[in-house]
Amino acid sequence: MLEFRKEYFKDERDDRLNEVGQPRQRQDMLGHVTGRTRYFDDHAFEGLLHLKVLRSPHPHARLRSIDVSAAERSPGVKRVIRAADVPVNKNTLLSLINFGKDDEPLLAVDKVRYKGEPIVAVVAESEAAAYDALEKIRVDYDPLPAVFDVEEAIKPGAPVVNETYPANTFEYHEKYNHQKLRFGDVERAFAQADFVLEERYQMSPIEHAPTETNGSIAAPETNDRIVVHTCTQALFFSLGTAAKLLDVPSNRLHFIGGTVGGGFGGKVDSLTEPLSILGAMLTGRPVRYVLGREEEMLYGCPRGAERHYIKDGVMRDGRIVARKIRSYFDAGAYTRLSSYGAVKCIAHVPGPYTIPNVHADSYCVFTNRTPATAMRGFGITGLDFSLEVQMDKLAHKVGMDPMEFRILNAYRDGDMKAHRREAHNCALIECVQVAAEKANWPVREEYRRMSSLTGGGGERAVIPATATDEAGRIGTGRPAGATTPPPRAPATPVPPPPRVPQPVAAQPRVAPPARPAPPPAPPPPSAAPPALREQPKPAAPAPQHGATRFSSVFGTRRR
Amino acid sequence: MARHRGRGMASINYPIGMNLGGDPSQALVHSNPDGKFTVTLSAIDLGQGMKQVTRQIAAETLGVPISDVYVDTADSDTGPHDMGSFASRGTHRVGNAVMAAAKEARGVMMEAAAEELEVNAADLETDGRGNIHVRGAPSRAIAVKDVAIAAQFRQGKTIAGRGIFLIPLSEVNAETGEMSPVSCYAHACLVADLEVDDETGEVTMLKMTSAYELGRAINPKMVEQQLVGGAWMGMSHALYETPEPYYPDIAHGPRDFNEYVMPGPGDICPHDIAVLERPAPDGPFGGKGPGEMCANPVLPAVANAIFNAVGVRIDELPITPEKVLRAIKAQGGARPQGLPGGRR
Repeated sequence: MLEFRKEYFKDERDDRLNEVGQPRQRQDMLGHVTGRTRYFDDHAFEGLLHLKVLRSPHPHARLRSIDVSAAERSPGVKRVIRAADVPVNKNTLLSLINFGKDDEPLLAVDKVRYKGEPIVAVVAESEAAAYDALEKIRVDYDPLPAVFDVEEAIKPGAPVVNETYPANTFEYHEKYNHQKLRFGDVERAFAQADFVLEERYQMSPIEHAPTETNGSIAAPETNDRIVVHTCTQALFFSLGTAAKLLDVPSNRLHFIGGTVGGGFGGKVDSLTEPLSILGAMLTGRPVRYVLGREEEMLYGCPRGAERHYIKDGVMRDGRIVARKIRSYFDAGAYTRLSSYGAVKCIAHVPGPYTIPNVHADSYCVFTNRTPATAMRGFGITGLDFSLEVQMDKLAHKVGMDPMEFRILNAYRDGDMKAHRREAHNCALIECVQVAAEKANWPVREEYRRMSSLTGGGGERAVIPATATDEAGRIGTGRPAGATTPPPRAPATPVPPPPRVPQPVAAQPRVAPPARPAPPPAPPPPSAAPPALREQPKPAAPAPQHGATRFSSVFGTRRR
Repeated sequence: MARHRGRGMASINYPIGMNLGGDPSQALVHSNPDGKFTVTLSAIDLGQGMKQVTRQIAAETLGVPISDVYVDTADSDTGPHDMGSFASRGTHRVGNAVMAAAKEARGVMMEAAAEELEVNAADLETDGRGNIHVRGAPSRAIAVKDVAIAAQFRQGKTIAGRGIFLIPLSEVNAETGEMSPVSCYAHACLVADLEVDDETGEVTMLKMTSAYELGRAINPKMVEQQLVGGAWMGMSHALYETPEPYYPDIAHGPRDFNEYVMPGPGDICPHDIAVLERPAPDGPFGGKGPGEMCANPVLPAVANAIFNAVGVRIDELPITPEKVLRAIKAQGGARPQGLPGGRR
């Protein structure tokens, strides 16, 4: 059952349109429902070869030797592809947007860093022949200690997963082992809060579970180009990744896709295209590389695990006055997209609520598991689970209805967000009101009258004086965030922040009414003193080095 | 031993498009000599309906019927660059690029029509049914088809347009996290009603009730398919799925759909949805995109409903029967909290 509530925000819309807003049938519907839509694997090629990879049985091991001689003589085998055959055997996906260092080989060199890591590929006349040949490859492994827990991985003495990042953490801004968010002074606010609640949340990996597994077919064209049929979610992303790994001009590759049998984020990593293209280049024949279901589930890059520690300070009247979060994104053995997800998570803190003091650290951590990637809600889903369970606990603690608790703390047009941009186009309050009404969940009149359009801004738009710190600097030992909270004063104050942290106004401890009278919502308790309100937002700290634009965005310049 | 009713809620917002921007999309639109239009993209249709959303945006912008527009995607030889189909960026980013391309093509079409009708192009409007006429004088009209023929064979004009949409890349401050992550957000609130069996730890979904705000709904039926399917995926994530059931232990990895536990058709519950539309100021016709976010509120709403039913907090996903049962036992039995509203 679905209804449109056109009365909301009707002044902001023109509903008299011809096509937009109409329930037109999809242009591709007939093909889908009759089973005639063509996917990448529906393209037949004469002389098609099949590619399969040998995967590591160990989560972490040195490769002493690899003997492929028997595999090369195996019936039906056309080519064995080793790491040395890959023209540029090191990449990081986000190098296409200049984010991070190359840290992942297409085929393992010297060591394997997760169970299932590809080591050698075989191209053969049939899938069965390829599998037979894989069994004849002899690899001498020297197993190494492995680490699987994000907080274990960042402890001193933990096994080094990925030598590109020897501390097992992605490097942000060439300076910190995490991305920081600092807004106001949470420690002071905690001291003045009526209740403080600190909890730990955990999200396991999950599998995208698409109907169609990852795969591609690459075939030489007569004009010295390669045509590639693929189920990628990002055509030029995969084309660019393949061109880099194979060191070919991008216009020698002709990618065709566009219709995908389920993606959900699991078809961004370009898992198969580079090898099928390389196979086609080395054999001169069409090559098909499609993951089996087991490969897709275990080695086809899941949604990564996340761990969030959330500490909140809340007043008896239900206002949240401080929120401090420490987040760990489990990247697995290689960066892929996790470094980006950790920053997206920071941008989302503290959720859709206006909280005057916010502090967050987000880590992208390397462990000996299948590299994680994006999935529906990337960077947000695990945090939202954590935040909203925490919100339920807080409502319970202060004895408020959870709907009313959300409405009270919801962000509104004109409020300042923790990443220092003004909120606009808000609609959280209205969603809560409508869901409550539909579910016959009683919400009192004063909360039903509140609105995202009013009551925001003013004192809620103030950027508070902010306490910054230098915790987690790269090269100064293991991160402070691992087991103890980061020190508030810079451990090595070079250079000091260009402004003096200012004390935050004391919390109004005078007993507020049991329920605040709306609208407007009560101002944040730690709004800056009047003199401060007139000031423009504080200047950003001086740059630490002559970083390029890209490196200042994401941290580490690509090398 | 008993089954306990529980009810929980959660509210969320969701950023539309790649965090920090810097993710361009391009589109090309051209007409054939009969006045039928093709939109050429390299964007990907994952099944979510990207082709149809951009088709409706193109038809609306051009002022022609939907049947006169088809979207072609994705071929790297013909489709211009697009960052990819992820980060809920299809409707907002690709939609804006298509709108820009269609506007340019419409401009040429109106100039060609003006020349044929010997009027000023600024005085012309489309009727959305395949005709162009003088504003206020519907009888002074010409069919789009005739305009296209005239443009192609008499005037030597190409009715075509190029479009790109880019939100410039934002920097991130290393010390404070100051940044411009996205330009708009979708919103949601969801109520989960369920039952918890305190003998088995099993959770049975009874109903979901929700309100989603997603900017302009470009196609209401496709919005419905996204919300229904996405919420189901959220429910599956909340209660069933993981390849590492004892994370961080990597053992017990599933090899197929017999071992990877997911809900079946019998586990689906009714979902009563309200859609709110607060147009994004920079979205195509105000569109944002319901793609990813519709799954997110389900997870915490389910966790909160389980607490409401039996009084245990499960803070680790997925919330398997084993975890629920162990928590109930540790607590010494179920402690129903009373349905919300019932306490007053």
